[in-house]
Amino acid sequence: MISPARSWREFPQRYRLEAAKCAGCGKVLYPPRVKCPACAGTAFETIVLPREGKVVTFTVVRVPPAGFTEQSPLPIALVELADGVRVMVQIGDVADPAELEIGMPVRLEFRRISWDGEAGLIFYGHKAVIAR
Amino acid sequence: MRDVAVVGVGMTEFGELWSESLRTIWTKAATAALADAGLDSVDLITVGCMSPGLFVGQEHLASLLADELGMAGVAATRVESACASGGLAVRAGFAEIAAGLADTVLVTGVEKMTDVDGADATYALGSAADQEWEGFHGITFPGLYAMLARAHMARYGTTREQMAAVAVKNHANGLLNPHAQYHLKVTAKDVLESTLVADPLRLLDCSPVTDGAAAVVLTTVERARELAAGRPVVTITGSGLATDTITLANREELSELRAVRLAAERAYRMAGRRPEQLHVVEVHDCFTIAEIMATEAIGLFDPGFGGSAAADGLTALGGKIPVNTSGGLKSKGHPVGATGVAQVVELVNQLRGEAGQRQVEGAAIGLAQNMGGSGGSSVVHILEVVR
Amino acid sequence: MQVGIVGYGAFIPRRRIKLEEIAKVWGADAPSYRKGLQLNEKSVPGADEDTVTMSVEATRNALARAGGIDPAQIGALYIGSESHPYAVKPSGTIVAEAIGATPAIHIADFEFACKAGTESMFVAQALVKAGEVSYAVGIGADTSQGAPGDALEYSAAAGAASFIFGSDRERFVAEVVDTYSWTTDTPDFWRREYMHYPRHGSRFTGEPAYFRTTTSSAKGMMEKAGLEPKDFAHAIFHQPNGKFPMRVGTMLGFTKEQLATGWLSPWLGNTYSGASPIGFTAVLDIAKPGDLVLLTSFGSGAGSDSFVFRVSDRIEMVRDRAPRTRPQLDEHQIYIDYGTYAKLRGKIRMAE
Repeated sequence: MISPARSWREFPQRYRLEAAKCAGCGKVLYPPRVKCPACAGTAFETIVLPREGKVVTFTVVRVPPAGFTEQSPLPIALVELADGVRVMVQIGDVADPAELEIGMPVRLEFRRISWDGEAGLIFYGHKAVIAR
Repeated sequence: MRDVAVVGVGMTEFGELWSESLRTIWTKAATAALADAGLDSVDLITVGCMSPGLFVGQEHLASLLADELGMAGVAATRVESACASGGLAVRAGFAEIAAGLADTVLVTGVEKMTDVDGADATYALGSAADQEWEGFHGITFPGLYAMLARAHMARYGTTREQMAAVAVKNHANGLLNPHAQYHLKVTAKDVLESTLVADPLRLLDCSPVTDGAAAVVLTTVERARELAAGRPVVTITGSGLATDTITLANREELSELRAVRLAAERAYRMAGRRPEQLHVVEVHDCFTIAEIMATEAIGLFDPGFGGSAAADGLTALGGKIPVNTSGGLKSKGHPVGATGVAQVVELVNQLRGEAGQRQVEGAAIGLAQNMGGSGGSSVVHILEVVR
Repeated sequence: MQVGIVGYGAFIPRRRIKLEEIAKVWGADAPSYRKGLQLNEKSVPGADEDTVTMSVEATRNALARAGGIDPAQIGALYIGSESHPYAVKPSGTIVAEAIGATPAIHIADFEFACKAGTESMFVAQALVKAGEVSYAVGIGADTSQGAPGDALEYSAAAGAASFIFGSDRERFVAEVVDTYSWTTDTPDFWRREYMHYPRHGSRFTGEPAYFRTTTSSAKGMMEKAGLEPKDFAHAIFHQPNGKFPMRVGTMLGFTKEQLATGWLSPWLGNTYSGASPIGFTAVLDIAKPGDLVLLTSFGSGAGSDSFVFRVSDRIEMVRDRAPRTRPQLDEHQIYIDYGTYAKLRGKIRMAE
């Protein structure tokens, strides 16, 4: 399970969708990195990712990993956000997996992603929901 | 650089080996390979194993296993690149001999996966994905390949039926392999009606959870000639290793396995070979879509034609270029760390003409492609009979 | 100092369960429940939704309507709920972190049965009025639980409303005209520590608790402000079911028209701390500048907060910067069966 320290250090990305914009070449990195893979720059500005995007590819996980049983089945998508950054996220509030398709517009909402049983920490972050 | 040959091969049966432990299966495969080579000592042991820590709670594996073999004192090391750990162990042994650091290397791969339950096995395998940015959201390996499959379907029109054809073919080959986990005839209907695991992938698109070990003995070509005793000498003429982003979010192209293409290009260049010259191929079909994409990435077929090639029988035994004559990961089984070594075992059997009912007539050049995670790493080797 | 609401937002989960679906599991007489409680269906949170997630989304909607407020300027954030995800560890810190309001901020989680939401609004506006902070957020949110088979199971629902209070008049969407609270010790409904479901005094929850407290609070409010029912364009009362708020409103002399807009419980259920605040967001979605609005909550135990708001001109500019409340209630619902409901609400015993 995810330790309190690890959970805590990821809050800016999980909770606020903070990314790093390279001061050298403008590439947006999510999660932020120490070194820009495009230009080797090491200076970054913190920006917030847009919450609107579209589905690039997706699946519906029917055999979930430990910790996700109560949420099964799990629709999961690679979502390209409005600024071109891609994120892997679950798709929440899916009534019927058959309605999912590539190119579908989605919006990110704040959700519980997983939790450490009844007594452990709750891990929050963003899921996509179909934008209507 | 010195030329490197394979002088011995050995492997256990692959399957759910309830009465065996990691060390017993490893020792059996290693012993068989040494006996096949006619050697009782080596300069180095390499062990490819993905996650002994998560599967059986054991690290510090190479020393432990060297001792099991009665060789405490020998140089030994474990290498890891997820499901490509076995291929990486081959490459590590190859490099040591080519560089003149060792004259004989026992290359091994092993995974004992059934000592944990399904959820824990899924978790252990999932550690080959980006835990912080993919695993966090609940994705599994079937899920990642399902995403790749859907991208490939959208881009090229690859169909469920084409994926099913891969499973049908590999299970047909597995029927001919006594070491295979499954001896099971599978029809396209069986595949298409099997349980959904991660849409669009179904249970029979997926390789199983398997216990098993495989081993090969490498040495110089000169030494191999001395040890050959009339059998063909098989050399490794090309070795390629490459990486790609683990995180699918960072890949520009989802319908191509870039690490596989790069590793293959490097291996072909070293061997001075082209895809059309191959006679037999083992690819990493952890999922049916993975075989389709791998056969494209190693250049057997143009991008987008891997699916139709499988459906048209081009990759079947007796086809234009037989792929996964062993049954592949799909039917032979996929003890992750052992897989890359077992692929080389199959090629050596084929190139020696010792592959029994699944023998490809006149096979003299073969290629093995092993892959880590959802294509985050790949190792490719080209093996040839010395003429 | 004059204080007002500068941004408001609601969040309602998309899942619904119909009253009949619950009634059939317990062999209850659905038509009489539908008529007696005036409930048709209720919202159900997903396994991935809780008081914190709904509060974040409602507050993001409030920030969108506030327009241009730097979250770092928010000096206080209070969440009223009886379903805080942690017994120990605040909900507010997570919400504040998510909206970017940390670290110079005062945070507290409130609990006072169904009144905790207005309680957080009450304290938030008071801090702004006192000049202690520039902006303060008051949130009412709940993923309320009714014991399986209990009458509460037909109403216990989920939702959140968030209000940002400030003192910059040009940003007001509604001005706080006056407030009043009426509280006694009345044990009509409770949940002990470590207990999963609340218990209640059955019919004792009605006359001596809900009706006495709510009418006293609303009357006291109007007396204090020198207003009468006819002065208000809208009135919102706590809505434990469909019947009570309409009855208390008409008892006090309000017309059905004055009560209709904020009356969401027949389709939403009882969102506990979110109930009257979400009703208030539905009113702000359609209210006209100058309208006077009465908001009267009720919390078992028992107490009631009342507020008089005067809607400002800016409302018409900002109401469509975020999803309105009624469409969240009426569109794109996902109807679930009782089995799914039981799974999502943690009513199924899972393997250890």
